[in-house]
Amino acid sequence: MPLRIANAAGFWGDDLSAARRLLATEQIDYLTLEYLAELTMSILARQRQKNPLAGYATDVCTVLSDILPQLQQQSQLRLVTNAGGVNPRACVQAISQLLVQNQLSELPVACVAGDDLLPRLPELQRQGLRFENLDTGQPLHELSAPIIAANAYLGAQGIVEALSAAARIVITGRVADASLCVGPAQHHYGWNNTDYHQLAGASVAGHLIECGAQVTGGLTDRWSQLDLTDVGYPIAEIDADGSCTITKPRSSGGEVTTATVKQQLVYEIGDPTAYHTPDVTVDFTTLAVTSESTDRVRVTQATGRQPPASYKVSLCYAAGYVASGQLLIAGRDCQKKAGYCAELMRRRLQRNGLLPNRWQVELLGANHGVPGLLPAPTDAYEVILRITGQDLDRQRVEALTREFAPLITNGPAGIAGYAAGRAEVRPQFAYWPTTIPRELVTPTVTVLPAATWLHEVVR
Amino acid sequence: MKLSQLAQARSGDKGNHANIGIVARQPSDYAILVRELTAARVASFFAGLGLTRVVRYELPNIQSLNFVLYDALAGGASQSLRIDTQGKLLGTAILELELPE
Repeated sequence: MPLRIANAAGFWGDDLSAARRLLATEQIDYLTLEYLAELTMSILARQRQKNPLAGYATDVCTVLSDILPQLQQQSQLRLVTNAGGVNPRACVQAISQLLVQNQLSELPVACVAGDDLLPRLPELQRQGLRFENLDTGQPLHELSAPIIAANAYLGAQGIVEALSAAARIVITGRVADASLCVGPAQHHYGWNNTDYHQLAGASVAGHLIECGAQVTGGLTDRWSQLDLTDVGYPIAEIDADGSCTITKPRSSGGEVTTATVKQQLVYEIGDPTAYHTPDVTVDFTTLAVTSESTDRVRVTQATGRQPPASYKVSLCYAAGYVASGQLLIAGRDCQKKAGYCAELMRRRLQRNGLLPNRWQVELLGANHGVPGLLPAPTDAYEVILRITGQDLDRQRVEALTREFAPLITNGPAGIAGYAAGRAEVRPQFAYWPTTIPRELVTPTVTVLPAATWLHEVVR
Repeated sequence: MKLSQLAQARSGDKGNHANIGIVARQPSDYAILVRELTAARVASFFAGLGLTRVVRYELPNIQSLNFVLYDALAGGASQSLRIDTQGKLLGTAILELELPE
């Protein structure tokens, strides 16, 4: 029997029913839940600033509640997730509370951390690390804005250690997406850190399932021929040599075909001969993708080599505030009228000295979604006017959100759609891509029974 | 001939850069894609995005091409003010590209 790893979350906010539906029909060895995108880390960091017990992907608690019966009944089943975000300990404690309340006090829960570089940044910079921006070459000390989060992308090592210590649930901070799958496979088959072809195969499997239903019929141009209501989330069956079969739960919606697998292979990659993870550098150009049977696709012949000497770092800093509002503009002249409304708002804000520094006007329904792709339609009767403003000064962004409603009574006729109320002012974050030498980052692994984690809270 | 006749596509983001993966519908279509769907053609098709350069990678083993569109996202997921901050629409958009017969 190959190792069966399923993934039931591709981002924070993904379908909460996916794990429950998956486990209803399938027996698997590992369930992974992938929650962290670049932007998610900044949002979580902002939450942690306000509340020291926040900063993790709270969806995990809902999902775990749903699958407690299977965790109780199936001794092989383990959960591996990066739901810990910027506060894995708080996540572990919330989960432990749930376990204790459900007679699972003894279940071993692991916390994999060590990725958080934020408290270490001043010291590391004093030691001479420049954290140069990979796009611009600028050293970090030239950045004056407050840094919100800085996390190294850890690999599978901490997860392997946690599983070796018998953890049934592994909560991590910023671990590379594919490593959530590599960790269980490396632990199960006992691969060494230099078994690069095997690690490459598991990384490919991880890459394929990390975005949830994108490999099982999501993002499809065949939507009219598929039923996506109960779309199945993916399962990777991984063999000892690292090759895998991608499939989905019996009688679930969607499809797994060589086309869905190939499309997901090229999703969000750069140079396909050098797909970098913290565990291995993978060459996608040696892969073979073949159909095995209905909804089962084989992926073999992955080749790997030594990973980069540095970990990628997800570093975000505060970049002011942003808000976006929309109005529906109707009439034969709707595009012209929408342009006039945008101009009115701009002039009024300018008059009040509150025009946001960055200003974006889009007419949705008039081919603005991809700028320059197609000419404006000649027969549109309705368009949505979307205006977005950004500024370091919160007051200017708030002023923008106030300018939409008055247009309904003091602007042109034929405007609707303000019932939802004033647009929300959100903090904006900017991303500073950089790296850190591997030897400066050590994953920390703590495995304790759920009840003991709670005791840790009390202390 | 529209690209949609020959290929499927999906797109995503890496910071301020976008990528578009193109998969030939039939293995025999791959050679046409390699010949006609050049980086220069893709760069000119998406000139309205304000991108700085396009790099093309070939994956003959899965009859696919990968395009990286540098600086295409007006700031990317965190900073772009566009409705499509992450370039999710680009995969659908590129299928409109006209190739010589």
